[in-house]
Amino acid sequence: MTDIHAYDNAPEAEFGDYVALLKPRVMSLVVFTAFVGLIIAPVDVHPFIAFCSVLFIALGGGASGALNMWYDADIDAVMRRTQGRPIPAGRVTGGEALAIGLVLSGIAVMMLGLAANWFAAAFLAFTIFFYAVIYTMWLKRWTPQNIVIGGAAGSFPPMIGWACATGGISIESLLMFALIFFWTPPHFWALALFMKEDYHKAGVPMLTVTHGRAATRRHIFAYTLVLAPFSIWLGLTSVGGPIYLGVSIVLNLLFILGGWRILRRGEDAATADQYAVEKRVFKFSLSYLFLHFLALLVQHWIGGW
Amino acid sequence: MALKTEHELHGRRRSRNVGLAVVLALFVALVFGLTVVKVQQGDMMEAFDHQPRTSLLPVEEPAPAPATGEASQ
Repeated sequence: MTDIHAYDNAPEAEFGDYVALLKPRVMSLVVFTAFVGLIIAPVDVHPFIAFCSVLFIALGGGASGALNMWYDADIDAVMRRTQGRPIPAGRVTGGEALAIGLVLSGIAVMMLGLAANWFAAAFLAFTIFFYAVIYTMWLKRWTPQNIVIGGAAGSFPPMIGWACATGGISIESLLMFALIFFWTPPHFWALALFMKEDYHKAGVPMLTVTHGRAATRRHIFAYTLVLAPFSIWLGLTSVGGPIYLGVSIVLNLLFILGGWRILRRGEDAATADQYAVEKRVFKFSLSYLFLHFLALLVQHWIGGW
Repeated sequence: MALKTEHELHGRRRSRNVGLAVVLALFVALVFGLTVVKVQQGDMMEAFDHQPRTSLLPVEEPAPAPATGEASQ
């Protein structure tokens, strides 16, 4: 009998499981912001080289996602949101994920160097290292500021895109970094406010768990205030223009208003309407970032200042 | 004798094999496309290959004519 059932729980993955290791949804943000960074840079890039560059930046991001899933498999198994990921679900072994992460990182960095330039490739390698080692292995389980510093990893793609075209760094690419960097904390803390139980169970020191929810609300509001000047400053550089500036001012006012509403609410009001405001601000924060980069793209096509 | 009953496992294996085949084919196409573009752009196509190549040496500017007047003073 055993011979018939021996295969029933065999951990053999299908192709989609390996794709899931690369965190396709995070990758979409990486693709979009890297693409915008590359296109709005003042140096023209051949369309096919631009396509390849964005592809390999995305592959590098995916590879760091696989490394993250390898290291975080124990946390993922505890949290409801991540229980279905390939490793905790038993479809992919940890060793496979590690191998895929390392090999794809190498391929992505080498190919980006060959397609674009070696500065961009080194930048990509640093980003993978930052996300997989500094964020995943070190900060995530150690400090409630994990989101803030880990957010830097997600802020690098537009800078890498810009570096693919120009071979360097400039104030515009630094401000694009700042835009995502200061956007990340309010975005994730709004999520953490209505997903508390999960992080709590996994023992990840989210700000909501370590310093309480009132402190988290204050932090969200503070970051929306800090974010606004950087977003508007970007509109005053060579990549900015009236359209971007207009979009940026409106979005920042709305985001600050959302942060203010979150700040003014207590837990009682929040539980009463099942975190409606927090959920709305979280959803809005997604559009906030998308519309900023879309505005940069539109502004580039119709010409800036 | 051919395998008649297919286990669900075989479907998963096939998806892996086909997926990898498609990825490899796309990668080949990508490298070929990159090569075409790089050649058309006139990028440097040669590198060190275990023997000196004069074609890789930087082009030497003809020495400027000896300056007369201010430069020597």
